[in-house]
Amino acid sequence: MKRTKQKKNNFSYARYGYLFSLPFALSYAIFSLYPTLYTAIIGFTDLKGIGKTDFHFLWNDPFQNFRTVLTSPTFQTAFKNTIVLWVSNFIPQMALALLLAAWFTDRRTKVPGKGLFKVVFYMPNIITAATVAILFNALFGHPMGPVNDLLVRFGILKEPFNFLIKKGAAKGIVIFIQTWMWYGYTMIVLISGILGISPDIFEAAEVDGANGWQIFWKITLPNIRTILLFTLVTSLIGGLNMFDIPKLFLLGGPDNATMTTSVFIYNQAFSGAYLYNRAAAASMIMFVIIVSASALLFWLMRDRDEEALKKQKKRKNVVNKKVEEEEDTYETQFIH
Amino acid sequence: MRRSSSIKRILIFAVCLVLLVISLLPFAIMLVNATRSTIQIQQHAVSLIPSTYLMKNMAVLLGKSFNPAVGFMNSTIISVGTTALATYFSTMTAYALVVYEWKLRDGFFKFILAIMMIPAQITMIGFYQMVYKVHMTNQLSMLILPAIASPAMVFFMRQYMVGALSLEIVQSARIDGAKELYIFNKIALPIMKPAIATQAIFTFVSSWNNLFTPLVLLTDQKRYTLPIMISLLRGDIYKTEYGAVYLGLALTALPLIVVYFLLSRYIIAGVALGSVKG
Repeated sequence: MKRTKQKKNNFSYARYGYLFSLPFALSYAIFSLYPTLYTAIIGFTDLKGIGKTDFHFLWNDPFQNFRTVLTSPTFQTAFKNTIVLWVSNFIPQMALALLLAAWFTDRRTKVPGKGLFKVVFYMPNIITAATVAILFNALFGHPMGPVNDLLVRFGILKEPFNFLIKKGAAKGIVIFIQTWMWYGYTMIVLISGILGISPDIFEAAEVDGANGWQIFWKITLPNIRTILLFTLVTSLIGGLNMFDIPKLFLLGGPDNATMTTSVFIYNQAFSGAYLYNRAAAASMIMFVIIVSASALLFWLMRDRDEEALKKQKKRKNVVNKKVEEEEDTYETQFIH
Repeated sequence: MRRSSSIKRILIFAVCLVLLVISLLPFAIMLVNATRSTIQIQQHAVSLIPSTYLMKNMAVLLGKSFNPAVGFMNSTIISVGTTALATYFSTMTAYALVVYEWKLRDGFFKFILAIMMIPAQITMIGFYQMVYKVHMTNQLSMLILPAIASPAMVFFMRQYMVGALSLEIVQSARIDGAKELYIFNKIALPIMKPAIATQAIFTFVSSWNNLFTPLVLLTDQKRYTLPIMISLLRGDIYKTEYGAVYLGLALTALPLIVVYFLLSRYIIAGVALGSVKG
């Protein structure tokens, strides 16, 4: 009797599981799933022109939009730029963040003002990217922007340099802005990762006589591998969607030098001829790239995670053994 | 040994000091130039001394299409709405995943893991067409309601809830005759406060700073958010009004800077927490 009652109870509780996840499911279906499928469909149609919503499928040549996009020199440039901008901001950002994280967590060298540095380094990340983009546009102005003013005043340049019409300089500034905005965030994430490593491992290494360099490469880095990959994935996805800075800094120019795929998609769909179909095709291409890239990285992460756990166990054993051995030798030396 | 360590300390301190200057200098120039006239800026774009043209710059700035008050209001409505919906319903979804046993639970959780990383930006064309079809492009609700489904936050909340909420409390509340929704609102939500606070800050900031979605959806000037207002500063009408442009940028950045320094302890702790849990 009691049992049946309980069963009945369990059944009714299960209902709440569905009920409580219903708002999420509904909202996801309407605002994410449907638009995703709709975008995919539009990619196969002739939908273009401002204010248009009706479309026809391109039955004769379904992949026409995809082909047009993939062979478009602007899209190719935009794709190359997106990769170049991401890679060349991620590497210095990660290097700087690792260096600072290692310094700030070093138990032997206490850095004065550490708290303030952390707060200030992270600050650019919190400021609206639109503000940052236009601020840098003003800072690098020609002929009398602040940067030119400083460079001329300190005698580094003889006359003002027009950064904003040179392709290389414009790309370089976008890379700088991205690095500047994100190294503080990455640093804090890495610091929390390093602080999560068991202090025993560091102590053991110190007892072993490992120097700071060795500890960093042999202990710190392997132990924050998961967090490094997490940072890599989130940064990659963010990088493949880079929009605010390139769009507002120089509108993708000069000569498409800072055009990213997101800016390309926006420009295709919401300016000029309002080519929703091509923008949708380009979106789906990026969608596939993002999903497969993050799936690949997740797969790597899961594999490595388990591997790292095994290795960590092994290493810990080895370190412990070493410590024991050392103690042994120490003792034997002492006895002798 | 001692000496090399103190040399290292000085080196580290010097590097940090340089980075500190690089982080702050752009904002310092922005704030000072907001008070200087366009002619002063053209003569020397960098100055440490504020001038007296703040009100004149303000008059120029507000005399054109830039209307920070409207932007502020719209951004506030959207950010508050987004934050409230996202945190409440993500916690609720996490509650469904942690507290109840139902057939599709594991499948649902796997689904959330799978979609967590897909950025909304990438399916904007379909979203725009859908919203346009029902004539709701200038409705702020279209920027708020999607927050009910925030997969990454559900994941974070679930991970936190597994450790923070004991099922025995839920059970004993049931014995006392409490309804399920009541238990969620009065018992689970308060326990989740630290996680909600962390997520609230970041949702608010990213919603506040979001440019892409509002830029696509909002065409009515009265509905513009702050980032769209900022993008107007890049237009031709402000081309030679340097003082006004710096002031416009300062007006949008200063509140964030002030709030950031007030909450920096929690924000930094939040970034760290998010990375470990995520």
